[in-house]
Amino acid sequence: MKAFPDSSVFDPLDPATESGHLDAPPRVGFFTDTSLCIGCKACEVACNEWNEVPGGDRRLLGSSYDNTGALGANAWRHVVFIEQRVTTEGPSEPVEPAFPSLSGTDGGGGGIDFRWLMSSDVCKHCTHAACLDVCPTGSLFRTKFGTVVVQDDICNGCGYCIPACPYGVIDQREGDGRAWKCTLCYDRLEADLEPACAKACPTDSIQFGELDDLRARAAARVEHLHDAGIGQALLYGEDPEDGVGGSAAFFLLLDRPEVYGLPPDPVVTTRDLPAMWRRAGAAAATMAVGTVIAFLGHRR
Amino acid sequence: MAECHPVGFQWVMEAKARGARVIHVDPRFTRTSALADTYVPLRAGTDIVFLGAIVSYILENGLDFRDYVVAYTNASHLVSEDFVDTEDLDGLFSGFDPESCTYDPSSWRYAGTAARSRSSGPGGTDGADGAPHEEGSHGPPLGDGDPERDPTLRHPRCVYQVLKRHFARYTPELVEAVCGTPKDVFLEVCRAWTSSSGRDRTTALVYSVGWTQHSVGVQYIRAGSIIQLLLGNMGRPGGGVLALRGHASIQGSTDIPTLFDLLPGYLPMPDAKDHLDLTAYVDSIVGPRQKGFWAGADTYMVSLLKAYWGDAAQPENDFCFDHLPRVTGDHGTYQQVLDMIDGKISGYFLLGQNPAVGSAHGKAQRLGMANLDWVVVRDLFEIESATFWRDGPEIQTGEISASTCRTEVFFLPAASHVEKEGTFTQTQRLLQWREKAVEPEGDCRSELWFSFHLGRRVREKLARSTDDRDRPILDLTWDYPTEGVTAEPRADAVLAEINGFDLSTGAPLSSFLDMRADGTTSGGCWIYTGVYAGGVNQAARRRPGSEQDWVAAEWGWAWPLNRRILYNRASADPEGRPWSDRKAYVWWDQAAGEWTGHDVVDFERTKAPGYRPPPGSRGPLAIAGDDPFVMQADGKGWLFAPSGLVDGPLPAHYEPAESLVANPLYGQDANPARQRFPRSDNPHQPSGAQSGSGVFPYVFTTSRLTEHHTAGGMSRYVGRLADLQPELFIEISPGLASERGLSHLDWAHLVTARSAVEARVLVTDRLRPLRLGERVVHQLCIPYHWGTGGITTGDAANDLVGITLDPNVHIQESKVGTCDLRAGRRPSGQALLTYLEDYRRRAGIDPATGLPTAANEGIGT
Repeated sequence: MKAFPDSSVFDPLDPATESGHLDAPPRVGFFTDTSLCIGCKACEVACNEWNEVPGGDRRLLGSSYDNTGALGANAWRHVVFIEQRVTTEGPSEPVEPAFPSLSGTDGGGGGIDFRWLMSSDVCKHCTHAACLDVCPTGSLFRTKFGTVVVQDDICNGCGYCIPACPYGVIDQREGDGRAWKCTLCYDRLEADLEPACAKACPTDSIQFGELDDLRARAAARVEHLHDAGIGQALLYGEDPEDGVGGSAAFFLLLDRPEVYGLPPDPVVTTRDLPAMWRRAGAAAATMAVGTVIAFLGHRR
Repeated sequence: MAECHPVGFQWVMEAKARGARVIHVDPRFTRTSALADTYVPLRAGTDIVFLGAIVSYILENGLDFRDYVVAYTNASHLVSEDFVDTEDLDGLFSGFDPESCTYDPSSWRYAGTAARSRSSGPGGTDGADGAPHEEGSHGPPLGDGDPERDPTLRHPRCVYQVLKRHFARYTPELVEAVCGTPKDVFLEVCRAWTSSSGRDRTTALVYSVGWTQHSVGVQYIRAGSIIQLLLGNMGRPGGGVLALRGHASIQGSTDIPTLFDLLPGYLPMPDAKDHLDLTAYVDSIVGPRQKGFWAGADTYMVSLLKAYWGDAAQPENDFCFDHLPRVTGDHGTYQQVLDMIDGKISGYFLLGQNPAVGSAHGKAQRLGMANLDWVVVRDLFEIESATFWRDGPEIQTGEISASTCRTEVFFLPAASHVEKEGTFTQTQRLLQWREKAVEPEGDCRSELWFSFHLGRRVREKLARSTDDRDRPILDLTWDYPTEGVTAEPRADAVLAEINGFDLSTGAPLSSFLDMRADGTTSGGCWIYTGVYAGGVNQAARRRPGSEQDWVAAEWGWAWPLNRRILYNRASADPEGRPWSDRKAYVWWDQAAGEWTGHDVVDFERTKAPGYRPPPGSRGPLAIAGDDPFVMQADGKGWLFAPSGLVDGPLPAHYEPAESLVANPLYGQDANPARQRFPRSDNPHQPSGAQSGSGVFPYVFTTSRLTEHHTAGGMSRYVGRLADLQPELFIEISPGLASERGLSHLDWAHLVTARSAVEARVLVTDRLRPLRLGERVVHQLCIPYHWGTGGITTGDAANDLVGITLDPNVHIQESKVGTCDLRAGRRPSGQALLTYLEDYRRRAGIDPATGLPTAANEGIGT
């Protein structure tokens, strides 16, 4: 079912064309295949270095090997590490074949499966981008590549975009006030280069390309993993009919999205704006009519 | 591998995507484990039990690649009647001298060959043993005579049967009881390894150099090699034993060595006692009936001397052989550091090395450096080895005082890898040329610049000297062309010199086979000859893989002679036919009368498979047409090492020098020939059943993180990387946390006889206690990247480790030890010394602890 049955504005579309880029090149994005991620954080370093993103707090978070914490103004790529304990009924319980098992090696004698998931998160560059919808200055704009970019020389730091993002990606920088996030390396795209994170990724966990290609690749990969017995492999954010109209950065996950700290069913926060405006319009019209009637009545 | 070599790991992921099965054996669950198909935990320091049980599994189930084993290994050779195995001597091989703790290896020889004469006597227990360095790294020679053989492999003294008996007690049950690896997981590894080996399939064994950091490190690798030979995985595509190094060009730094006992190309460094002239030196490398290409050692050596001393090197003066320094014992890094403490060494050069953090027993390292006249540190940042005199941990304890430290420290900023040109040599022996991307800033200079101009200035100062002792410096060929405002020497000119020249024509040599012992050729490293063939820098070739075949022979250059797989004659059967179509690599073309295939064949090109050497022949002539291991003295892959090792011809399980448990296999606990330094400043902990061992109830191992580089000199000083792992931590299991009353992120400290190291704890399921029978063993991990310098600081984990070495190669046992774990921060200042003293007292430690005595190791009982 479509998320926006009553609105042509939110139909699946090519956002660049919709935004007025008449000769837009094919839409590009990231396919982040977390089944290939080795958690090396080269993407974080490459992003920070290329985009001159200032460093973080530099403290031990104790969140497995992650000391970045979350996506934010100073972290446009973020590798999450999930140490997952899966208690089984007993040693005969089938073990996920693709992942190591520690069954039976527990000193206490219990049978525990364990796996360590890693995933590099990033701005989704939504088809329906609420951050862009609410930006009053036009600082946030849709590029010809279909990506969503903040122009730091226009942003006035109003902060409307921050609660608008359903993923909590965009963020204000402390001491600066402006909003910052992944640009999908807009400057590199203009120079026909792939984004820094994808370039640095040693295992091709982060793949950059035309969205149609990436979706085909992702579908094949999921099928391959399912055939290999990894039933939980799923795609997240690739569906053009999801709550944000599909995202240009989508993921292959090995567990439910919430395990990775991703919202299971994200919805563009401005979805209801047209309806709200229609209702507000109707209310205003009713009020106007009432006022006219009142005046007319008064004259009488 | 994912943890320490993320870029190389892309190929493992690529192989996995194509259906390869990845098995990861490690005491610690790392990022590699997370991506492996099977993670196999084991207790640190028990690898020989694990590997030996695989050997036993192969032999008991008849799963060896029999045709390969009979033809290409020494399985059929008979071992001398004098040989007695560890199984019969409770953990000792025959030939052990309990006084000196060294072996006389003559009883390990093949039947039918004479004992090798060893002119140097065994050394003492003071670490100055003279024997190991003389073995060098070349194919060790054999005594005169032809080994007796039994191709049926039934003779009780044939290597095959010796091996079978030796490992018979290494069973899956033993693995479970000693390594803590569940039997079913172990058998899964056995099945995977054996079923992926044979005519149609091969398996690669990849180890990281933590494997070498044990008192039995060399025997670990030997054990891996035995499996690979039994399964026919050597000299074939997709096989091999591959070492992942800690730095980009560590292979290169053993080829053209930074090691005290080697000259370039694995020629041994001459010894003061035995190598009185060039003939004596060459004779010690080349046995009287030496088969194979080591027989050309005289040509390699004379060409090297010509490269060093040019026209000064003439037949009349032994080609300046006497200009070479001589080895008088162990001059390895640990012996040197102790010598510094004892005031026997006055100066020290550190080029891109940070021993104050990276070497075992950090305190000894720093105290040694604080007792020098001078130390020169060349690095990217002002690392701890340059600042120990003012901010090392010993400043707090009062053991070093900045105002009285006598060492003058010269810090010279180094150019980084993008600011200089040269080669990297990786684990496949592939040399890849690296361009200079940018000029170094300020005073930063390359090592090449430093070495060349230092030499030039020293030569200028000595120019008028008539003292004979200055001749080696003054006679050197030291005339590299330079370029640019900094007068940077041309790295390609150095590479050309390493390649070597025909001195009569001035043309670059294209093969070491063209080297002569008469002084008409030069060459700085015989195995690298060919890298500048035709006057072209072959290492700089970058033809894309898509434009050539799968062997990609035109990407870089591999030594020797651009061979991508060593001993690749073994990829064909004895008749010269590929073992299978799928694994075809090189083969004999009968019609053309030569070897052909995908790679440069590692064999004489026109030597037919049926060639049999005439009686009494030596050198390459003595290698039969079906002897693939052309550098070995008998042309065979060695399952059993009749010479060349100082701690046994076969791997046997010994517990680490400091272990929680006594050796369950033998009365002998630890490697009896391990190199020890019993001194009060190198205290050793009681081990196994010895009294006091309970004071240190846990096993620890040091490790690396992706985010940092070794001793931290290239990462802790870089903000972007320091951000990623901003603090030292200790990884412990939930079980150990509750045993010690620790919660996630609490402060705790580890204690050994040497030091105490504090950090916060990460409580994680990635570390799992191991069950050894009734006993639960807790292992914990601590990264060794931190020190007092840089953007992120912390205690240096290597301070915990003492100095106990593998006797073959003098590498420290730093990957396993025992410790105590206590909640809270460690004492600091003087209180730390008192605290450690108290631990040593409670454990009953004195300098003799850890020394072999009848009481603690059963020797002589």
